[in-house]
Amino acid sequence: MAADMTQQNTATAEHIEYVTRLGDNALILGQRLSEWCGHAPVIEEDLALANIALDLVGQARLLLTHAGKLEGSGRDEDQMAFLRVERDYRNITMMEVPNEDFGRSTVRNFLFSTFQVLLWERLVQSSDRELAAIAAKSLKEARYHLNHSAEWVIRLGDGTAVSHDKTQAALYYLWPYTAELFAANPTDEAVSAAGIGPAWSELEAAWEAMVLPVLAEATLVVPARTPFKSYGKFGRHSEHMGHLLATMQYMQRTYPGASW
Amino acid sequence: MLTEAQAWTLLDTVPDPEVPVVSVVELGIIRELRCREDGLTVVVTPTYSGCPATEVIGLAIRDTLVAAGAGRVELETRLDPAWTSDWIGEAAREKLRAYGIVPPTGKAAVGGPQPIRFVKKTLTCPRCGSNDTERLSEFGSTACKATYRCKACLEPFEYFKPI
Ligand SMILES: [Zn+2]
Repeated sequence: MAADMTQQNTATAEHIEYVTRLGDNALILGQRLSEWCGHAPVIEEDLALANIALDLVGQARLLLTHAGKLEGSGRDEDQMAFLRVERDYRNITMMEVPNEDFGRSTVRNFLFSTFQVLLWERLVQSSDRELAAIAAKSLKEARYHLNHSAEWVIRLGDGTAVSHDKTQAALYYLWPYTAELFAANPTDEAVSAAGIGPAWSELEAAWEAMVLPVLAEATLVVPARTPFKSYGKFGRHSEHMGHLLATMQYMQRTYPGASW
Repeated sequence: MLTEAQAWTLLDTVPDPEVPVVSVVELGIIRELRCREDGLTVVVTPTYSGCPATEVIGLAIRDTLVAAGAGRVELETRLDPAWTSDWIGEAAREKLRAYGIVPPTGKAAVGGPQPIRFVKKTLTCPRCGSNDTERLSEFGSTACKATYRCKACLEPFEYFKPI
């Protein structure tokens, strides 16, 4: 408790923003993946995607609870998750785009869980002890998400003509959104200087070194980088975010404070 | 009031709701018990961040201890160190196997960078003992288990993943 109090008093806006981005990435992808429950192509994958969604929502609960404590406003995980407005969400845009098909969901899980593994590996060393503890726990889970999605990327990409084309289309669609992960920004610089966590741009080389060999094995063409930019982590979201929030926030908006 | 030893014995009767053959103590999620003037504090670590059983387990712990006269029972969540399947004891591993779930093999991975690996583990079917088995999915009915199939007896079985 004493450590928490100190943190509350000393947390910078950048620190809070950084933790909120982590929490919102997990929350929004968890919400998207939960849409597969009962709809996945085979029952094993229905279970797998639902379990990955649960892990992510669990991580989001820990991270958003922590962000709420850091800001010292008394907002709990539910208020953070369900009662903010669109512009206050800090997830990258790639988390909110629709699932489309199993191929796109799989490629997204692969691109993002690779990033998460690298980020959690670094955050285990965070000067923010609570964040370091969440990282150590989440890292174990992210490794399973990564293995699962990487296997499927190869299986689909190097599979039938149909699965290859769908997976390739997914990669073309999602690739431009990955640039946002590594875009430099003042929040990352401040957090990195304070020893709280790495600037995400520091992870780009390691991320490519993990992602590219799997895509090659999957016989997928890696798209060229384009000037396209997305800005979800700055609160400027795509048209899809409002629809997602309408579904996700429905209960708390309709019955404020509801619990069961 | 209960002694700490009595409380440990009682908690060893509280089953994990998803794998009821092992107790929450055998699973290694009870990290500490602290006796207070008016009751007991139980320090619990979650297995997976999103494990839906976490809240049910908390309720069961509280009910069991309160019913035995423990006074006011408080639950405290501890994240650090993160739970690892290495904490599942040897006796509990045998109970899992007898129940049809292959216990974790080897040690859980530790920190530091790791390459993406596609190691196919050879597991022994908990029903017929055949090694002719294959993995169907990295995830099973819960996040902590993977789904396998035995090609000899044709039965599916679960594998408690090392984490
Ligand atoms: Zn068998």
